[in-house]
Amino acid sequence: MFQFILRRTVGAVVTLFLIGAATFLLFVAAPSDYASLACGKDCSPARLEDIRQALGLNLPIAQQFWDFMSGIVTGRDFPQGHCDAPCLGQSFYYNEMVWSLIKDRFPLTLSLTIGALVVFLVVGLGAGMISAYKRGSLVDKVATGTSMVLSSFQIYFLGPIALIVLVYQTGWMEDPKYVPFTEDPIGWLVGLSIPMAVMATIFTAQYTRMARASMIEQLAEEHVRTARAKGMSQKYVFFRYAWRGSLIPIVTVLGIDISALLGGGVVTELTFSLQGIGRLAVDGASQKDLPLTMGIMLFGAFFILILNILTDIVYAYIDPRVRLS
Amino acid sequence: MTTLTKPEGAPAPTGPDSFLSVRDLKVQFSTEDGIVKAVDGLSFDVERGKTLGIVGESGSGKSVTNLTILGLHNPMSTTVDGEIVLDGKELVTATEKELEQLRGNKMAMIFQDPLTALSPYYTVGRQLSEPFMKHTGASKKEAKVRAVQMLEKVGIPQPKTRFDDYPHQFSGGMRQRAMIAMALMCDPDLLIADEPTTALDVTVQAQILDLLKDLQQEFGSAIIFITHDLGVISNMADDLLVMYAGRAVERGTVKEVLRTPQHPYAWGLLSSMPRLDGDIDEALTPIPGSPPSLLNPPSGCPFHPRCAFTGEVSGSLCTDVRPSLGDGRGSACHLSAEQKQTIFIDKIQPRLR
Amino acid sequence: MSENLTLPAQQGSTGTSTEELLRVEGLTKHFPIYGGFPIKRKVGAVQAVDGIDLSIGVAESVGMVGESGCGKSTAGRLITRLLEPTGGKITYSGQDISHASRKQLAPVRSEIQMIFQDPYSSLNPRQTVGTIIKSPMEVNGIEPSGGREKRVRELLELVGLNPEHYNRFPHEFSGGQRQRIGVARALALKPKLIVADEPVSALDVSIQAQVVNLLKKVQEEMGIAFLFIAHDLAIVRHFSQRVAVMYLGKIVEVGDRDSIYNRPRHPYTHALLSAVPEVAMDDETEARERIRLAGDVPSPIHPPSGCRFRTRCWKAQDKCASEEPPLLQISGNRENHLTACHFPEDPTTEARDEDVVLDPALKALEADAKQD
Repeated sequence: MFQFILRRTVGAVVTLFLIGAATFLLFVAAPSDYASLACGKDCSPARLEDIRQALGLNLPIAQQFWDFMSGIVTGRDFPQGHCDAPCLGQSFYYNEMVWSLIKDRFPLTLSLTIGALVVFLVVGLGAGMISAYKRGSLVDKVATGTSMVLSSFQIYFLGPIALIVLVYQTGWMEDPKYVPFTEDPIGWLVGLSIPMAVMATIFTAQYTRMARASMIEQLAEEHVRTARAKGMSQKYVFFRYAWRGSLIPIVTVLGIDISALLGGGVVTELTFSLQGIGRLAVDGASQKDLPLTMGIMLFGAFFILILNILTDIVYAYIDPRVRLS
Repeated sequence: MTTLTKPEGAPAPTGPDSFLSVRDLKVQFSTEDGIVKAVDGLSFDVERGKTLGIVGESGSGKSVTNLTILGLHNPMSTTVDGEIVLDGKELVTATEKELEQLRGNKMAMIFQDPLTALSPYYTVGRQLSEPFMKHTGASKKEAKVRAVQMLEKVGIPQPKTRFDDYPHQFSGGMRQRAMIAMALMCDPDLLIADEPTTALDVTVQAQILDLLKDLQQEFGSAIIFITHDLGVISNMADDLLVMYAGRAVERGTVKEVLRTPQHPYAWGLLSSMPRLDGDIDEALTPIPGSPPSLLNPPSGCPFHPRCAFTGEVSGSLCTDVRPSLGDGRGSACHLSAEQKQTIFIDKIQPRLR
Repeated sequence: MSENLTLPAQQGSTGTSTEELLRVEGLTKHFPIYGGFPIKRKVGAVQAVDGIDLSIGVAESVGMVGESGCGKSTAGRLITRLLEPTGGKITYSGQDISHASRKQLAPVRSEIQMIFQDPYSSLNPRQTVGTIIKSPMEVNGIEPSGGREKRVRELLELVGLNPEHYNRFPHEFSGGQRQRIGVARALALKPKLIVADEPVSALDVSIQAQVVNLLKKVQEEMGIAFLFIAHDLAIVRHFSQRVAVMYLGKIVEVGDRDSIYNRPRHPYTHALLSAVPEVAMDDETEARERIRLAGDVPSPIHPPSGCRFRTRCWKAQDKCASEEPPLLQISGNRENHLTACHFPEDPTTEARDEDVVLDPALKALEADAKQD
């Protein structure tokens, strides 16, 4: 197991490096001059040259890439000052270190992810399991029907409705805003409750359906039937035998979903006018801000890789065939 | 091995010999295409300590029958009619709780493919211990002692260490042995073996079959042995039931049914099967056509579309009237007893040499 | 009865005396296993087929039996060149095709056809029966007189299907009928050799005989050589003139049908035959020997040294572990009956004075029963 984790970690570092290289090449190859973008409208050749110098754009591409990648590990010095590791460079557009931008924005994204995650895991998996257990019953029909409708909704549809009803018409709540959890836990929850609830609703619906389907598939497995043939109760068989197997497809999707959520949800942030990683990524791309875009790309890729490894570890925990092979 | 025998305290059986009695069993599934009559009016008895073989091809209803005895059919889509009496207890109307008390305890089942029939998530030891703890109230430690003992009995080397292994760490034959050990944990009175050796290689099959026979001697369980292989059943069973299209078409002792079969389907099965000592230059005699769909079984005798002898029966009996299978030795066929005998001696027996 | 079969004059009507169509020598297939850390590398190999010699004559039917994992299916796929051999030589009609390229193989491919086990998955569900049977002719650019469609209809009739069903899809047929379609497809190119890999084992008992009869008819009437791979010894016996017995990637015994079934020498062949469950038709039939091996077949990743059967053999001695027995016509064998064994058994399958029971559980239970 240890070997496995080590191998995957080494693989992940290599992958991150390759993603960095690919992004870098893409932007360098793009026909825009970052210096003139950074320089603005009233740009003198001397000032342009200064900016080139400051951004290190005069250096050979390999050198630039090396500076960027090594900065992540060791930190890097810019004319404006030192940039601590992990240094993802300096954003042209915000004129700030990329890492500190990410550090600013990430708590919001993380908050939304955790808030939604707790709800959709508990409610979604729970409803799906109950639905499968009482297959064909009224509970099942209601759960299946509701989740079918809700999972076809999108954030940009459900979000504005929630805002209109809860904020603009009734005035029960204020516009969503982010308050750091460490400062005011209740304010944090109240401030983000609408986006969390909207995200949770849609994911809950999807996970209900997935959990139900997966569970029903497991209940038809022969080893589940064997457990019943031994006289184990329906409940016991359900929670001991069928449950484990049904988690495998769920864990797979969950890993992908969490890494996507942590990478920042553009639509969610735009819908609720929140400033998270997603917004930052849009700014980086639209402003052709190379260091910012690369930084966010790597940041997102980091989560995808971490969650991939975590997913595999969970597989090994669930299924001894993975663990012992 | 005194610990392996269970104290006698069971109520007296219904009949003098009959320990399990199935009467007019009808099992129907509702599917999207219509109603499948998986079992249609089946009756049989199993005597204590004896083996009843059930042979039939896929879709003959043999597996469904036995899942129904254990009550393992899906109650949402299945309707069950008729009577199943195990040791005086009616099972069709029994509650889920009552059935749970019987399953794995009084009646146990061995499935065809031990790879899929054992859970990949738990150790073999745990899967063996569970029913024993549930039914006897034994502690985990006691259950382990019993499980190791049973694993040894069925021929698993180093049972103490193998107790903690997962099924995928066992070979195919060893897995089926573990399955048998699991079924015997509570010393059941009735053991249902559903094609227990079909997934195994022939040399391993021979080991497992002999093992089952020897264990039956020791444990005295009644066995229902389901298979499609007449060779296997001829060595395993005392009595034999031949099933076709959800019905029993012939019944008798194994010797009676295999040596002097009466039903054209049994004739067909026997003469389509090559033998190790058979005449090679003689072509096999297959049964024409294929088994019927149970969504739309043929009228009258379900075998009539494939039967070569309908011409010998007067009128349209075969297509209109369902032949009945009486009690005891007999076959569900409209041919007269003499006709059956003459046809068998003149036409069928020569092919079986 | 089987009696007249033992007469020397009766056996080997075609035998091995005929012209040779296919010969394999030292045929080997190892499937590599990768693993290790930090860099994945080859850490071992599944020795699926490990040096087999076999020849098939023109119009001869050869059976290949053995249990799962013995390499019989892999051997079949190597011969049809669906797999690339790791070593050894395959000669077809005097031409070495062991490592022939696609192009070189093209003319040979049409002459060697394969019939697969599973009639459900070996036919494309989206193609009509006509298209399925026609496609080998299209791929090989063959235009029979009267056109391809006419030929397909002839083939359908030949295998016992209604030619009118030309435009139907595989799912409209039963399992036995689907296997007939597979046979028709194999026959479309007028092959000289058909490799049939467990062609009836997925079918119901009552249907198996239909397909066996069809294959036998095709083999005899069209003069096609067959390699019939199956685990069912009775069916192989019914079909084959010569039979090879495989165990863990090796041929342990090969010979004409009568030699293998009535005069086997290799202990494994004895065990295999004795394990076949047979319906006892009367009490007088001579009792067969009873041999019950212990355990399962060892893994082909780490096969035993020397003779591969020695770990389950009741006659094994030190020599068996150190020295691999060659496949030879040992003394007492008839011509072309080869056995790879240092300590062969007597050439009979009759019951012994004492059963060979190696299984520890059976031994213990039977000893208990005797005492009671």
